[in-house]
Amino acid sequence: AVTRRLCILKGIYPHEPKHKKKVNKGSTAPRTFYLLKDIKFLLHEPIVNKFREYKVFVRKLRKAYGKSEWSTVDRLKDNKPTYKLDHIVKERYPTFIDALRDLDDALSMCFLFSTFPRTGKCHVQTIQLCRRLAVEFLNYVIASRSLRKVFLSIKGIYYQAEVLGQPVTWITPYTFAHDHPTDVDYRVMATFTEFYTTLLGFVNFRLYQSLNLHYPPKIDGQADVELKPAEGKDYAMDSESYLERLSALSASLARVVAPTHEDEVEMDEFPVEGETAEQMDARKKEQEALEKHKKLFEGLRFFLNREVPREPLAFIIRCFGGQVSWDKSLCIGATYDVSDPSITHQIVDRPRVGKQIVGRYYLQPQWVFDSVNAKLCLPVADYFPGVLLPPHLSPFVTEQEGDYIPPEKLKLLAMQRGENPDEESEEEEEEEEEEEDDNDKEEEEEEDESEKEEEMKLKKMEEQKTQSNKALPVKVTAGKLRLEDKQRLEQEQQSEEKRLAIMMMKKREKYLYKKIMFGKKRKVREANKLAAKRKAHDTAVKEEKKKNKKARRA
Amino acid sequence: LQDIRNTVGNIPMEWYQDFPHVGYNLDGKKIYKPIRNKDELDMFLEKMENPDYWRTVQDKMTGADIKLTDEQVDLVHRLQRGQFGDVHFDPYEPAVDFFTHEVMIHPVTNRPADKRSFIPSLIEKEKVSKLVHAIKMGWIKPRKPKDDTPTYYDLWAHEDPNSILGRHKMHVPAPKMKLPGHEESYNPPPEYLLSEEEKLAWEQQEPAERKLNFVPQQYRCLRAVPAYSRFIHERFERCLDLYLCPRQRKMRVRASPTPQQPPLARAARGRFHTGLCSLLSSLSPGPASPCPRPAGSDDCTVRFWEVCTARCMKTLPVGGVVKSVAWNPNPTICLVAICVEQSVLLVNPCLGDKLLYGATDQLLESYVVPEEERVQPVQWATATVEEHSKGVRLVVQHSKAVKQVTWHGKGDYFASVVSDNSNMQVLIHQTSKRWSQNPFRKSKGLVQCVLFHPIRPYFFVATQRYVRVYNLLKQELTKKLMTNCKWVSSMAIHPGGDNIICGSYDSKLAWFDLDLSTRPYQLLRHHKKALRSVAFHKHYPLFASGSDDGTVIVCHGMVYNDLLQNPLLVPVKVLKGHAITLDLGVLDVLFHPTQPWVFSSGADGTVRLYA
Repeated sequence: AVTRRLCILKGIYPHEPKHKKKVNKGSTAPRTFYLLKDIKFLLHEPIVNKFREYKVFVRKLRKAYGKSEWSTVDRLKDNKPTYKLDHIVKERYPTFIDALRDLDDALSMCFLFSTFPRTGKCHVQTIQLCRRLAVEFLNYVIASRSLRKVFLSIKGIYYQAEVLGQPVTWITPYTFAHDHPTDVDYRVMATFTEFYTTLLGFVNFRLYQSLNLHYPPKIDGQADVELKPAEGKDYAMDSESYLERLSALSASLARVVAPTHEDEVEMDEFPVEGETAEQMDARKKEQEALEKHKKLFEGLRFFLNREVPREPLAFIIRCFGGQVSWDKSLCIGATYDVSDPSITHQIVDRPRVGKQIVGRYYLQPQWVFDSVNAKLCLPVADYFPGVLLPPHLSPFVTEQEGDYIPPEKLKLLAMQRGENPDEESEEEEEEEEEEEDDNDKEEEEEEDESEKEEEMKLKKMEEQKTQSNKALPVKVTAGKLRLEDKQRLEQEQQSEEKRLAIMMMKKREKYLYKKIMFGKKRKVREANKLAAKRKAHDTAVKEEKKKNKKARRA
Repeated sequence: LQDIRNTVGNIPMEWYQDFPHVGYNLDGKKIYKPIRNKDELDMFLEKMENPDYWRTVQDKMTGADIKLTDEQVDLVHRLQRGQFGDVHFDPYEPAVDFFTHEVMIHPVTNRPADKRSFIPSLIEKEKVSKLVHAIKMGWIKPRKPKDDTPTYYDLWAHEDPNSILGRHKMHVPAPKMKLPGHEESYNPPPEYLLSEEEKLAWEQQEPAERKLNFVPQQYRCLRAVPAYSRFIHERFERCLDLYLCPRQRKMRVRASPTPQQPPLARAARGRFHTGLCSLLSSLSPGPASPCPRPAGSDDCTVRFWEVCTARCMKTLPVGGVVKSVAWNPNPTICLVAICVEQSVLLVNPCLGDKLLYGATDQLLESYVVPEEERVQPVQWATATVEEHSKGVRLVVQHSKAVKQVTWHGKGDYFASVVSDNSNMQVLIHQTSKRWSQNPFRKSKGLVQCVLFHPIRPYFFVATQRYVRVYNLLKQELTKKLMTNCKWVSSMAIHPGGDNIICGSYDSKLAWFDLDLSTRPYQLLRHHKKALRSVAFHKHYPLFASGSDDGTVIVCHGMVYNDLLQNPLLVPVKVLKGHAITLDLGVLDVLFHPTQPWVFSSGADGTVRLYA
């Protein structure tokens, strides 16, 4: 168990030996192999001694408890051995960027642990620490406005932020009680979390520092702070209310240095060698798009109804510069009321809204997510309460050539290009489908062609043979002018050349080639399947509509 | 205490249920039950009319009705309220301290103080000394000072590039989790939802085999989305992957594959002439282009065609299955060696130039019988008159069936292969002296075919798996080539003499560079079935192989004069023409000696010429 913990903490993983049989003394049974070097490296770790001390401490404590020597127990508890993982973090991630690259799992784990109930399963302190670190990280993302993509999946909510140029993706579960599985070893997870919390703490510190923010975070505005404790007492004890307020994500954080308006300063242009003006322009454009994306919800005021998941929505809206509030009884930190006339959007997740106030949009939460992914405020009509929502697409998929692209995505892309979405996209859709069909046919034809060709040849041969058989005493039959279109000939030539080239490949290359071709074909097949499914679905929907219309008319 | 009227004691009164009395009084007289003849109605009426009904209680002992007094009712009320039964009892009287409320001037007890109250405690001393000892010995440690350093600080304040060690470069970072696709959305496009069959298939698959580890589902609104029950599982599996999975760097080909072929002269489309025979087994080209070529066949004839016109010039019945034919390579001699069962016939077909075949006849007749007869492994015989008229000149009679015959480049010697297991498998004959010799003392396996080197005095013998190269002058084995094939079928040598190709029945073609090594320079697996024969072209850098799959593959095999450059082998053309009969396709292939034409004989009884 100690080895396992050490391996987890130090990031040692097994290796696949080059000659498995040789290493395994001739047997081919599956075994895991570690490098000898790695194990020796583990042995030198000072934390091994700490582990030993802790073991001794536990033994002594148990003995004291057994003998009911309470003073000894107290004394032992006072001298409880502790260990720190700082040096391991530094050792595993010599630079800060390295640490950021590995942040995905750390964040996901912390977010998961922060949702655990504070009973059994793992230490309460761990859960509290995880919650604190997660909230701190969220606050950093808000302050730096680095969120890029969000995705509502059936597993949880995916977020992707760009922290110092590194994409960091994490997933949070939906806020429901977990039914803890029995076949999961929580000790392994706890060990990972132990390391991850250390890592995340240091990363948070560094990130806050990079933005000139206080760490541990402080909420901006002294007046607010004075006002709020009174309010906070209704919700929780003083010690907790601070974290609660922080996790409400509604207030901005205090800076060490007062922010001077340096955001507006234009980027200095460093002409990089070998970069043409076009590239520069493209980069500039990209930068502009990014800035625009960051200010997506600037100037909008949101209000979250109580049935809407508050934390993710508040987080996303604040990340893009929007203002957000919620019912005062829902959570601490609400800034304005439902009746505020300046509210522009109210997020609602129920089929009907009772009392509507003029001057604001009532929208379903998916609008926020889709708008963020589309990098523009989508038309609101599709997202009114009670309306059948358009599909929610994953922002993480970048379609390559030949992949299946759902029509909604095409529509979105057209919209991003700034075209009129309605007519063209539909046309495009159809065209696309047709094209796809064509492609399929062509491919099939290509395959067939070679075969056909050969068949033709054979047939001709047969004919000639029979002719010659019949006319064995040599007879000259009238020659026929052979008409062959050049294109076809060329194609044949090409296909034959290709075949010959395939024939010439080495065994390994041929294997690889076959594999690649197989993969390609499978991909095409899958795309076709999806397209066909979609087509069937669309026609079914259309028919349904027609029927409804008829029924209405009749 | 209580006036006891009934003496039955503490017994269940049901025992007296059926008696008229309920017990006995102090005098031993029966106590009779009071007469109760009230029915329900009477009871009700009494309840309504009697104002004291509520305070009437039945005495179980006597069975009499008792009316409670006011005091008794009061008592009941008090007890019900949880108060004391006695009205006058006050539970909240002020307490009087019985011990110190009166200060006394004398002690209560007059016992003198113990001695031990004046001297230090021994037990405590012992305890303290134990502690002191424990501290001295280091068993008890003093309380640690509290650590004041903050938990988090700028760990990467001094990033120095030297801290990136070799182990960091060697470290293989774990691959990131796969990012979710459209199908994972809570509201995916309809085409990503699984149909019923797909769902069934998904359920029947092993969890490890599934492409998706979840079933895509659609929810109408965010409110309806439930928690994902396998979330913790997935995180846990990720943890396991992180610390238990072996990591390895794998090269991945990203480029789209385009098979490359060196630019070469393309073969023209094949035209073909066909001959007719039942089963052609062997071909041999004439020495010059307009000359006819013979073909041996299973129907016991040898046929000669003229290539230009595809006319069958001559048919020679030989009275036996023809295994192999070979035209003498010497252009001044017009002679064909034919294997017929146990004999090799040397035939002058009397075709082509009259001077030429006349000279050949003269050459054969100029033989003078030597004085002393030598012991020969075979018998040489001149043809009979009848045979002579057909063209047969000499008959070499072997002891066993002859498989193959091949000429030396000069045209005087020829070698024959006998299908035998002894050392007599290979025989070398000299036509001019009409004598034969057996070059090998021992048999090294079943000889498949033999070949003379075109320039040097080498002799190639192909057994099933090896090709042995003998030096005929020194009479020794110079090389043994490993073919890496299971069963060699045929062999051909490059006119340059440094390269050999071997076709084998396990559909491989091995190209040997004799200068390079004894292993194949390249093993070509172009054919799908067994190779029957291979051939080199005399002038062009071409070679062809015929196989049981009915195809002839012509390859470009460039051999460079520069010894450092390896030969370049590129397939040029796949010739399909022969029908497959009896699982046999092409039996023999040959090149025209000067033109880039290929002849192939097939099991379908045709000889085809591809140009």
